[in-house]
Amino acid sequence: MSGVEGFMYPNEVELQWSVLIVLYPFLTGLVAGAFILASLERVFRVQEVKPTYRLALLTALAFLLVAPLPLQLHLGHPERSYEMYLTPHRTSAMAMFGFVYLWYLMAVLVFEIWLDYRRDIVVLSQSTTGWRRLLYRVMTLGSNDISPRALAIDERVGWIITLVGIPSAFLLHGYVGFIFGSIKANPWWSTPLMPVVFLFSAMVSGIATVMLLYMLLTRLRKETIDMRCVDTVARYLFYTFIIDFSLEMLDLIHRIYEADESFRSLDFMVHTRLYMSHIVVQIVLGTLTPIALLALTQVLRFGEMARKRIYALAGCLTLIGIFAMRWNVVIGGQLFSKSFLGYTTYKMGLITREGLLVAIALTILPFVILWVLVKLLPPWPEKSSDALSGAASAD
Amino acid sequence: MKVFQNAGHLFRLAAVFAVGGVAFIGVRAFLVPKSFGQYGHYRGNAIAEIAARPVNFAGHQACEDCHADVLEKKMGGKHVHVNCEACHGPQAKHAEDPGSVQPAKLDTAVLCVRCHEANLAKPKTFPQVVSADHANGLACDNCHQPHSPVITDGGTK
Amino acid sequence: MNITRRHMLLLLPAAALAWKHVLAGTPEASPNYKMTEHWWGMLIDLPKCIGCGNCVRACQAENDVPDGYFRTWVERYHVSDYDIENPAVDSPDGGKEGFPPAKAEGGRNFFVPKLCNHCADSPCTQVCPVGATFISPDGVVLMDKTYCLGCRYCVQACPYGCRFIHPKTQTVEKCTLCYHRITKGLITACCEACPTGARQLADLKNPNDPIHEFLKTHNVQILKPYMATHAKVFYNSLDGAVR
Repeated sequence: MSGVEGFMYPNEVELQWSVLIVLYPFLTGLVAGAFILASLERVFRVQEVKPTYRLALLTALAFLLVAPLPLQLHLGHPERSYEMYLTPHRTSAMAMFGFVYLWYLMAVLVFEIWLDYRRDIVVLSQSTTGWRRLLYRVMTLGSNDISPRALAIDERVGWIITLVGIPSAFLLHGYVGFIFGSIKANPWWSTPLMPVVFLFSAMVSGIATVMLLYMLLTRLRKETIDMRCVDTVARYLFYTFIIDFSLEMLDLIHRIYEADESFRSLDFMVHTRLYMSHIVVQIVLGTLTPIALLALTQVLRFGEMARKRIYALAGCLTLIGIFAMRWNVVIGGQLFSKSFLGYTTYKMGLITREGLLVAIALTILPFVILWVLVKLLPPWPEKSSDALSGAASAD
Repeated sequence: MKVFQNAGHLFRLAAVFAVGGVAFIGVRAFLVPKSFGQYGHYRGNAIAEIAARPVNFAGHQACEDCHADVLEKKMGGKHVHVNCEACHGPQAKHAEDPGSVQPAKLDTAVLCVRCHEANLAKPKTFPQVVSADHANGLACDNCHQPHSPVITDGGTK
Repeated sequence: MNITRRHMLLLLPAAALAWKHVLAGTPEASPNYKMTEHWWGMLIDLPKCIGCGNCVRACQAENDVPDGYFRTWVERYHVSDYDIENPAVDSPDGGKEGFPPAKAEGGRNFFVPKLCNHCADSPCTQVCPVGATFISPDGVVLMDKTYCLGCRYCVQACPYGCRFIHPKTQTVEKCTLCYHRITKGLITACCEACPTGARQLADLKNPNDPIHEFLKTHNVQILKPYMATHAKVFYNSLDGAVR
């Protein structure tokens, strides 16, 4: 038995959940995080982050559309996945996924985007030609009402949707944490902290993504980056990171202190097989370094150029760290034996259905979709076609 | 109805959702297997399908119906509780058609050591030997009759 | 033995009678099997297990278990005198071809056969998102192969490591307590093949089943009782070191 150290139950040697199951919580995490950032402006009236509002929503949508794909590719029988909608098992956390996803996609995200963009959609449905015209006309659902009263109604309803959307986003990603946290058979996963840790690390990754995307896209559009906006986003990233780090430290310290029967086996695993991904990548590079960088910007006064570079570096390291966290939870939870007497190795395929190339493709796909969405529903009126600039008001 | 005056687009959206919901219910009634929920949250017919799998081991009672003479030999011996197929392997096909399907002749040199090769983890009271030292390379049935292995005089040979 | 025509005339009716035993209990031949009259479990009498691997081989032959995966397997424990909490365990190919000789290092050595515990409160049936795995009314945890998505949630949830994904069907598989046999009045393949009686099928609802007397007179445990799965595979003299 290659790659096995010590004793494992014979059926445990092969890992069940692959890198795709690492990718899935990463993607839904970005969705939840981006949405929370958008809600900062909409519900909590943090005006500074307004320039990122529409971008955050589109980012959330792009990632949400891709999120089911790693799950489908990982299933033994993806063609039967509709059964989760037909006969969901009420005692199973996973069964709720189909409905939570559908609720969040349709009743929150798409609804909110539609309400916010409706004016632009109606204008575009009249100003464009060809297939675009047809597309926008379908999106108007046949109603061309963009009177001030209709728009005021949209604003009000949108506010309510965002308010409802915040707990919905928590549910969308929190349940992933619950799926892991409620498995009593696996001590690496089983903790009530798991949904909370997942959620806060999701918020961290989502905020970092929108921050990076905003800086990048503004750069590409040759516009000036609104530093007041980015500074505020970075500050929220910092606060959320502190909470996330505290939660993870709480879990760690609690484990070390209680030292139950699984501790020796897990401790050994973290110090050997998970050393690079857990200690080096997740904790040092992916958590401590970005927190330190962001803390520096809060305490010391840096020039604009320096701050942009620090934010970009911190953002990238954050995303690497959060991905590493998902890796350590999912893969780490399967590397040790439930007998606590042995360890196995994860053999990630390259070109298989659940292999590395598919994972990379699924990571790139949301950005492709985002590019399409940005073209169809421009987040910034100044950039878009002439037809919109005529109808554009101070946004 | 002034409050609904400029909200026509919202009603259209609600209509889309309503149509979707009705369509879902309709499709669901069509797609859910009929026996689902019969005994619990699963397809009731699955139980019968699992139970209908063909068997490969006939069970010692089936063997003893024809091979009463062997059963006679086993009685009073140490192997009386060792079922026939424990050594002879799955014989349901033979029980179904004894004429055309014959069980393979067993090689005692390989068969017996599976149980009786000495091993520290075996119960101390269990008869076990180090086969290399035990019989000078002879096959077990030179001295032991497998159906009643205690040695009185010569074995099957 | 030469089979002459005379032999055949004598043997065939006996064979037909024998086969009737095999077929007895199929829905068509014997509608007498009522699920609510049974509550299946198993008794593993550990002091009797000799680690021959007959059960592993028989299960594979009866249920077409693919190589490298195990519906049942045997573990060998070596518990040293001074460190009973850290046994040395091995299970070469699940114990299918028996075990190599152990090194003479003192301490205790013994075998532990393992299989699905058919838990009354099974965590695996709790987490299945679609209802593809379930406990039957007669207490056997089964899988509906045509309904299973292959999501592997149940594999993660099982504390005993008895589930696996079949490489060909890409659905979940595990011990079914030879449901297709016990509903026909036969015993499981592993119990049939066990030469020492270490494995015995038990019907907890049958007042005449020897398990009731056994439970009264022996020290019997289940695996990982703190998991509160209410496992129905009972181990006689289960050592505390067993994982």
